Amino acid sequence: MNKVLFQILTNNQIAKDVYRLILSGDTGGISAPGQFVNIELEGFYLRRPISVCDWDDKTLTLIYKTVGEGTKALSKLKTGSLNLLTGLGNGFDLSACGKRPLLVGGGVGTPPLYGLCKRLIERGAEPTVILGFNSADEVFYEEEFKCLGAETLVATVDGSHGVKGLVTDALKVLTQDFDSYCACGPEPMLRALYKALDIKGQLSFEERMACGFGACMGCSCKTKYGSKRICKDGPVLKADEIIW
Amino acid sequence: MPDLSVTLSGIKLDNPVIPASGTFGYGAEFKDFYDINILGSFSFKGTTKEPRFGNPTPRVAECVSGMINSVGLQNPGIDAVINEELPRIATYFKKPVIANIGGFSVDEFVYCAERLSVSEQVGIIEVNISCPNLHKGGVNFGSDPKAAAEVTAAVRKATNKPIYLKLSPNVESITEIAKACEDAGADGISLINTLLGMRIDIKTRKPVIANKMGGFSGRAIFPVALRMVYEVSKAVKIPIIGMGGVASAENVIEMMMAGASAVQVGAENLRNPYACKEIIEALPRVMAELKIDRLRDIVGVA
Repeated sequence: MNKVLFQILTNNQIAKDVYRLILSGDTGGISAPGQFVNIELEGFYLRRPISVCDWDDKTLTLIYKTVGEGTKALSKLKTGSLNLLTGLGNGFDLSACGKRPLLVGGGVGTPPLYGLCKRLIERGAEPTVILGFNSADEVFYEEEFKCLGAETLVATVDGSHGVKGLVTDALKVLTQDFDSYCACGPEPMLRALYKALDIKGQLSFEERMACGFGACMGCSCKTKYGSKRICKDGPVLKADEIIW
Repeated sequence: MPDLSVTLSGIKLDNPVIPASGTFGYGAEFKDFYDINILGSFSFKGTTKEPRFGNPTPRVAECVSGMINSVGLQNPGIDAVINEELPRIATYFKKPVIANIGGFSVDEFVYCAERLSVSEQVGIIEVNISCPNLHKGGVNFGSDPKAAAEVTAAVRKATNKPIYLKLSPNVESITEIAKACEDAGADGISLINTLLGMRIDIKTRKPVIANKMGGFSGRAIFPVALRMVYEVSKAVKIPIIGMGGVASAENVIEMMMAGASAVQVGAENLRNPYACKEIIEALPRVMAELKIDRLRDIVGVA
């Protein structure tokens, strides 16, 4: 965990209500895809937790949706610096993914899977990706996943792009076997995947949080192995420890 | 060399800065940010007899210059605190801690105080009779002078450690309750706990917090806290730990001028994990600017 000042390089809209923020700064605190950063915003008391999409030694890519006043204010910042707590949360365990993992992103849950997909391919794995959105105007990063070399399917609820329906409908199109799955998205999607797939899964959860580093107990959830903090013991939890 | 040291019931603290209970866990998360031995002490997470999961989520809501929480005293229970947390604290914190205890009955407060009394790591027992997020059987020891005195007297008998009663601002007369605690044998008073507050999500038309209401804390409550510390300090002779919205070295000094012998920092730790470190580092400079040689000399000067 580090508190670091980052410089805004770009902050552009890439889909309906979705922005990509690229920052430069010390990313040394980040160790795994699926971790998040907590951003201090002028005029807002609490920081805004946003999952890491991708990073290298000097730059950090975040993708976020404007869901409230804080993220709306963030979307208007085009230059300047931001104070971040980085490397928060546990992230996905790449060693538990196997040779053929399935990665499933729902809406703005998609970004952390990009960093995961990239690193899995670097390790020689062959991930398959399913992305789910409401409609074509919300779709982002389909090409980016394809450029990494991953088989990528998109599902939209209204059928305006890709498979019509939910990620579980796209799943039916696929015939191959998977070793494991990793998913991030709305809880009903995570639950549907857990029911549909009989393999090891890693699921990234979301919860309202205050500190983001395990102190306030604002984001606790009950699991089969006791109470866990989404921010510190998660956001990635094993599918079989969840009490659905 | 400015002198930051203060004394609470015979326990000398290097400085008056103490992270407040519920915002600092048992210290483990913060020791990853900085060496927490620079703190005067810290007040650990409110501990009850049995483990508690607490309230349903969402438990937090943002406000202008503050936040609302309704965690509901989530803690691992007194056995785990004594057998696991205190030994772990000993590995990274070498000073006496403030042991914050909660309870649903006088017996539970007594039980927790007795169990913690034998620990050499515990400097002060802070008795939380003011949690706004517990409503079991309608008992709220902190809102009635008689009930507050009853808890104080019972805990007094159960331990030789200094006991500080942590008071709620959500009462008719906080000075009456403070006086009742003093008369019943309290060594000191901690105030204020959070103010009862609420937010509604105007899109869903429902309260943001699952438990509907929660405790409002953060910078916004500083003037209210300061006023209450001032009032209580005029009403009692025992030392006061002042808290509520403290976010800077200047706030610490102001709180001490109002009558606090030491100061706790709460919600600010959650938005800036380095808050206490930054405050402690800024204190000598601010003292120099204000020509304060010894911090303890300003207690109650206002």
